[in-house]
Amino acid sequence: MSETTSTAVSYYSREEIHPENGTLLGFWIYLMSDCLIFACLFAVYAVLGRNYAGGPTGAQIFDLPLVAVNTSLLLLSSITYGFAMLAMNRGGQRVMLLWLAITGLLGAGFITLEMREFAHLIAEGSGPTRSAFLSSFFTLVGTHGLHVTFGIIWLITLMVQVGRHGLIAENRRRLMCLSMFWHFLDVIWIGVFTVVYLLGVLT
Amino acid sequence: MLTNSSLLELLLGRLTWDAIPFHEPILLGTFIAVLLGGIALLALITYFRFWGTLWREWITSIDHKKIGIMYVILGLVMLLRGFSDALMMRAQQAVAFGDSTGFLPPHHYDQVFTAHGVIMIFFVAMPLVTGLMNFVVPLQIGARDVAFPFLNNFSFWMTASGAVLVMMSLFVGEFARTGWLALPPLSGIAYSPDVGVDYYIWSLQIAGVGTLLSGINLIATIVKMRAPGMSLMKMPIFTWTALCTNVLIVAAFPVLTAVLALLSLDRLVGTHFFTNELGGNAMMYVNLIWIWGHPEVYILILPAFGIFSEIVSTFAGKRLFGYASMVYATVVITILSYLVWLHHFFTMGSGASVNSFFGITTMIISIPTGAKIFNWLFTMYHGRIRFELPMMWTVGFMCTFTVGGMTGVLLAVPPADFALHNSLFLVAHFHNVIIGGVLFGMLAGVTYWFPKAFGFKLDPFWGKCSFWFWLVGFWFAFTPLYVLGLMGVTRRLSHFDDPSLKIWFQIAAFGAALIFIGIACFIVQLAVSIKHREQLRDLTGDPWDGRTLEWSTASPPPPYNFAFTPIIHDNDAWSDMKKNGYQRPLQGFIPIHMPKNTGAGFVIAALSALIGFSLIWHMWLVGAIAFAALLAAVIVHTFNYDRDFHVPAADVTRIEQARTLQLAAHV
Repeated sequence: MSETTSTAVSYYSREEIHPENGTLLGFWIYLMSDCLIFACLFAVYAVLGRNYAGGPTGAQIFDLPLVAVNTSLLLLSSITYGFAMLAMNRGGQRVMLLWLAITGLLGAGFITLEMREFAHLIAEGSGPTRSAFLSSFFTLVGTHGLHVTFGIIWLITLMVQVGRHGLIAENRRRLMCLSMFWHFLDVIWIGVFTVVYLLGVLT
Repeated sequence: MLTNSSLLELLLGRLTWDAIPFHEPILLGTFIAVLLGGIALLALITYFRFWGTLWREWITSIDHKKIGIMYVILGLVMLLRGFSDALMMRAQQAVAFGDSTGFLPPHHYDQVFTAHGVIMIFFVAMPLVTGLMNFVVPLQIGARDVAFPFLNNFSFWMTASGAVLVMMSLFVGEFARTGWLALPPLSGIAYSPDVGVDYYIWSLQIAGVGTLLSGINLIATIVKMRAPGMSLMKMPIFTWTALCTNVLIVAAFPVLTAVLALLSLDRLVGTHFFTNELGGNAMMYVNLIWIWGHPEVYILILPAFGIFSEIVSTFAGKRLFGYASMVYATVVITILSYLVWLHHFFTMGSGASVNSFFGITTMIISIPTGAKIFNWLFTMYHGRIRFELPMMWTVGFMCTFTVGGMTGVLLAVPPADFALHNSLFLVAHFHNVIIGGVLFGMLAGVTYWFPKAFGFKLDPFWGKCSFWFWLVGFWFAFTPLYVLGLMGVTRRLSHFDDPSLKIWFQIAAFGAALIFIGIACFIVQLAVSIKHREQLRDLTGDPWDGRTLEWSTASPPPPYNFAFTPIIHDNDAWSDMKKNGYQRPLQGFIPIHMPKNTGAGFVIAALSALIGFSLIWHMWLVGAIAFAALLAAVIVHTFNYDRDFHVPAADVTRIEQARTLQLAAHV
């Protein structure tokens, strides 16, 4: 083999090199940045969460049984999303869509209960403008709720897309991303439940 | 039943004819000039039938090189706006003594200094940094494009939308009068009831989304798409600094998003995060915004360090001295930049222990930074240095930045800071590092990579004029501010009583005039270079005898960057290839997989700008419709599965053959 050929071959690849798809990594990094937004909101709640300004305290307004139901709905929805992903890996499109629908319904139930809680608080004069504690409470919990709402819109969009194109590679990737998003929101909620509600009712 | 006026209010919110500044001659004049200029530009585009090309080749382009170029153009255009603000401030402070109130009333002057800071950081420095990273990083790592090409286009248009909102505030309503960080309670609804702070919030929120997404994009690109053989410690140093900068972006910008969202809730909904009543805490805003703000400083300077590293080793004709220590220094700065935020407000009164902690961490940052300076000096030592334009900016940087760094260490001592806090000494310090570091770095980078982007060099004569006027002008403009700061003059004043200060402000104004000539020379340089492009043409693709992969391609590079993916064996891959007799592949090309252009990013970003504008003016109906449209546009975009195509092998062969002929003609 001549000198030129050996060097020429080693400095570039004659074949097309497909770099690894970065979508899951990129989405994971996005989730971490989102996590930082929640970190800020948690920090703000930690600073302001006891500034009642003569208004109600957490112990007075939190309805723990309702929140417990709410928490179970969201945790269950994470499990059902997991079942959907298992079905996807087996290639069972219909079963997967069914589990996704159940996940969406559980998510919608969660949002409905949260809206009721908010409406009730605002109606009795404990709205976000009442005190710094309530400002930070509504913002932290509301931001999480907003995320779940967008998650549901995304879930419906994906169900339509899977129905239309089947479990092709793009759709599998998207389902994986939404899966990370959904579980991430679950983890955030566990933080909210503990820091806001459980610690909030302790005096 | 809706009356005419309530219908108008529903549509236009608080936007009325009063928002247009007919009574301000300076603004009106600027507005008419911009309007005429804009009409002339649109007319020219129409006359040359450029609309189709503009849409197909640029606005919808997902090519990282074109997006990079658009970022740099945005940054340079906004530099002109930010610099006019600077000139107005220097002129005002040079004349407003005693009985003379100068030509800017306080409420206008306050907007000018706020806009100057916001524009220079967010819409000059950030686009220049992001633009150069976008253009250079994929080429340096041997990739075809970034990891998410569509997202890249979208990020650019979000940044541009933010810039558009800031520019609109000049002619419709007003900008914030709060200083560039909009600290509450001044920025709260009680003290800033008008639209200024809302313009501030929404332009930064929209641009911030773009910045964050482009940060994610470039991290994924650098982590996943490096050419085979390029391990992390074989990456070019600019790519390393880009990686660290983007990690900083992803870890810092969410904090800005969160804190601005809370401020806007305070203003729109009436919550009490940063108010003085019902339990709010204004110092929490200061903490949060500087948790973003301090890393932001390093987001800007690290890529500049990377550019200087590339330039020093190229123009000294040597491998970079202490490559590994340079990488470690960059990483250490990245981490430390999160541990110093409180030095921006030692005067908050958090006590001696907290202040000492942050004072010491701040001083520690000077160690890795100093290591970098020595690495550059040792790279130059025994090198055959070519003092071409990029190298001149680099040496100018090293002299200027080191002084700025040392005044920074001085400010890091809490007791000294108590005396110098919010004084012109501080203003001089951060201009010393931002102009001497970031801006010189970006101009060096633009000069260095310009031939790669356009295929011809920039004219050296006018470039040297620009360099000397900038350098000398800088020292004339900011040395007096150090002096004034030590004399106790605070920042953001539009009028002075003590006539003995006047001479220093006049010297500073003279310096600003020199910088103005420097900027003018830069524009002349661009014009002259375009006119003489045939004489300045570079056919080799490697005009500076470069060392990294971007110089192995044609100038400008083909859309796919590399016909075959390069394989890397050593640092300074292109030097290595040249040394070992690399032969360009001449045949056997195969189809190349590439992403397709799309207009979705432009549409979604334009809708975001509309949402921002409606929120600023309380046009709730328009805002709601625009939001629904945005959601629909995003969903419709996800239904597009047809996102890529193959460049046929015949096209690749044709492009590569043209380059072969070009190279042959040159030799």
